Amino acid sequence: MYKYDEYDQSIVEARVEEFREQAERRLSGELSEDQFKPLRLMNGLYLQLHAYMLRIAIPYGTLSSRQMRMLAHIARKYDRDYGHFTTRQNLQYNWIKLEDAADILAELATVEMHAIQTSGNCIRNISSDQFAGAAADEVTDPRPWAELLRQWSTFHPEFTYLPRKFKIAVIASEEDRAAVKLHDIGLQIRRNEAGEVGFRVFVGGGMGRTPMIAPLIRDFLPKEDFLSYMEACLRVYNRYGRRDNMYKARIKILIHELGADEYRRQVEEEFLHVKTLGLDPPAGEFERIAAFFAPPAYETGLPDEIDLSDPDFASWVEQNVHAHKQPGHAIVTISLKPVGGIPGDASSAQMDLMADLAEQYSFDELRVTHAQNIVLPHVAKRDLHTIWKKLDAAGLATPNLDLVSDIIACPGLDYCSLANARSIPVAQKIAQRFASLDRQRDLGEVKLKISGCINACGHHHAGHIGILGVDRKGEENYQLSFGGSGAEDTSIAKIIGPGFSEDGVVDAVEKALETYRELRTEGERFLDTYRRVGLAPFKEAIYG
Amino acid sequence: MGDAIRFRDDEPHEEPAVTLDAFLGQSNATAVRLEPDEDARALLPHLDRLSLIEVAFPKFRDGRGYSAARILREAGYTGELRAAGDVLLDQIVPMRRCGFDSFAPETTLDLEAVERALYRYDYVYQKTVDIRPPVWRIRNG
Repeated sequence: MYKYDEYDQSIVEARVEEFREQAERRLSGELSEDQFKPLRLMNGLYLQLHAYMLRIAIPYGTLSSRQMRMLAHIARKYDRDYGHFTTRQNLQYNWIKLEDAADILAELATVEMHAIQTSGNCIRNISSDQFAGAAADEVTDPRPWAELLRQWSTFHPEFTYLPRKFKIAVIASEEDRAAVKLHDIGLQIRRNEAGEVGFRVFVGGGMGRTPMIAPLIRDFLPKEDFLSYMEACLRVYNRYGRRDNMYKARIKILIHELGADEYRRQVEEEFLHVKTLGLDPPAGEFERIAAFFAPPAYETGLPDEIDLSDPDFASWVEQNVHAHKQPGHAIVTISLKPVGGIPGDASSAQMDLMADLAEQYSFDELRVTHAQNIVLPHVAKRDLHTIWKKLDAAGLATPNLDLVSDIIACPGLDYCSLANARSIPVAQKIAQRFASLDRQRDLGEVKLKISGCINACGHHHAGHIGILGVDRKGEENYQLSFGGSGAEDTSIAKIIGPGFSEDGVVDAVEKALETYRELRTEGERFLDTYRRVGLAPFKEAIYG
Repeated sequence: MGDAIRFRDDEPHEEPAVTLDAFLGQSNATAVRLEPDEDARALLPHLDRLSLIEVAFPKFRDGRGYSAARILREAGYTGELRAAGDVLLDQIVPMRRCGFDSFAPETTLDLEAVERALYRYDYVYQKTVDIRPPVWRIRNG
């Protein structure tokens, strides 16, 4: 894992003091809420329905056990004993007092954490593959590049008042676990025919009210040009992105209006200029960062066989454990989606337990996934049973990864001031309807995603099944859509017809999945069947 | 108008800044005002006869002027570069880093607070048009 040096630490500590002064100016009345808003927003502090919400950055979703324990400590001391892991691999506290915010940031700084640029119209937390460094299919670990981006984007003076927020994701596998083409910039590290490492650059994807899949802007960007090219992409956007209408201000609209070819032309022209300025750090800086991400000292000669005679353990292994590139090792995903729970929430005690397990069994590392689960990336297979028993005792061993109850849901109207409808109760009702694990397993992979408003924080556009809560004449109403994907076969879900009540949408999901069961051929997921047969039979079953 | 702040030793420019259209249309003006939607690169052929470029910030949230400033400095402009309008305390640092060396805020800023803000961060991550070395250069010699 990356470790701060004196420079990184100095910058984060300066930020704490700067924010402390800003908060004091607000508390004393020197700043009005209007004047304070852009300042607190740049630091992840939102005024929500009931309290301040504070969003903590977890760069590319990687955490040490010490950092996870700090998150637990803050939840215990300043919040209501829990936190919420988000679709940007971050963590949110829902019940923060403004008076405490600077102290919280000071505590975070002691473990190399911060809330910098977790909101505001700037470059947000960089996201990545939660299996980075462990996945068998990766070209290289994408996180050194993500860390380089984190440093470059932190307080970037030119890009602090962009037309709108800006999200970047980096992966290094053909399998896309980070939804890169639904980001403002999505980067896929790959090797060219000469074996050199470079980037495939997608620009202009996004969800929100106008979902778009990012077009390919550069097929192979040499790594030496990385930051210069990012500067060029951002500068064209900063200068020409729309500022007349906040709903049309994301880069996807600019690229849609200009066309990908014209945007590319402008970026390449700007890049030729920017490249002369010497903005790219020397190779030594990348090597310095990459050294922190060297593979851990795996034990060798470990067996790959596991005793699967306990059926509950076996089903958890089957569902929540993935192949690791190191023999005798595995990747464990801890589901934060127990039936009846709130997707992505974890109590302080659960965070502490996950930290303990990481320290003992996973080389001190944890990951947050964009699907709001937690990963222990480097586990010896012989420890899987012990880990499972400890997780099970803490309610953390639900074997439902990528099944219908592994739902992504935004906080919705229970917390969020932007929401039109509640998301959490719908997620809970669907999970309860499909509570039987046998039934879930029979239905196979179903990515169900719920947003409580068109801003799409719950990624409903990318759901195999997407649910969008809207306000219809004062009533919560839920639109159902099918066919989305945030994986390498990126697609945007389409609305199937008129909306439903809360219970109605649960019924409709069940009818859709029963229809799939009748129509599926061997090995087909719901998404595959839907793509093959189209909407008609599903529509007939639901509305007929 | 608030009090002007300058980080230059030369005499303030007296001539009022003309609009970009007027500047491009008449050959003798030495001060120009750039609105957010105007292209800073239109000035590049004329930089050697400009003493003042004023970049308008009608709303602090409109960050186009940061790119304009950097583009002008990157092209070698050494005259006064002024940010004018909705310029608040917390924008001074990024503006300085993008090459602004003069400020005409609508509301007077607390000079002590400006000073504190300018010296708050000992290190910066990016190479821009100011003289501050990025952290990667300090680290790598």
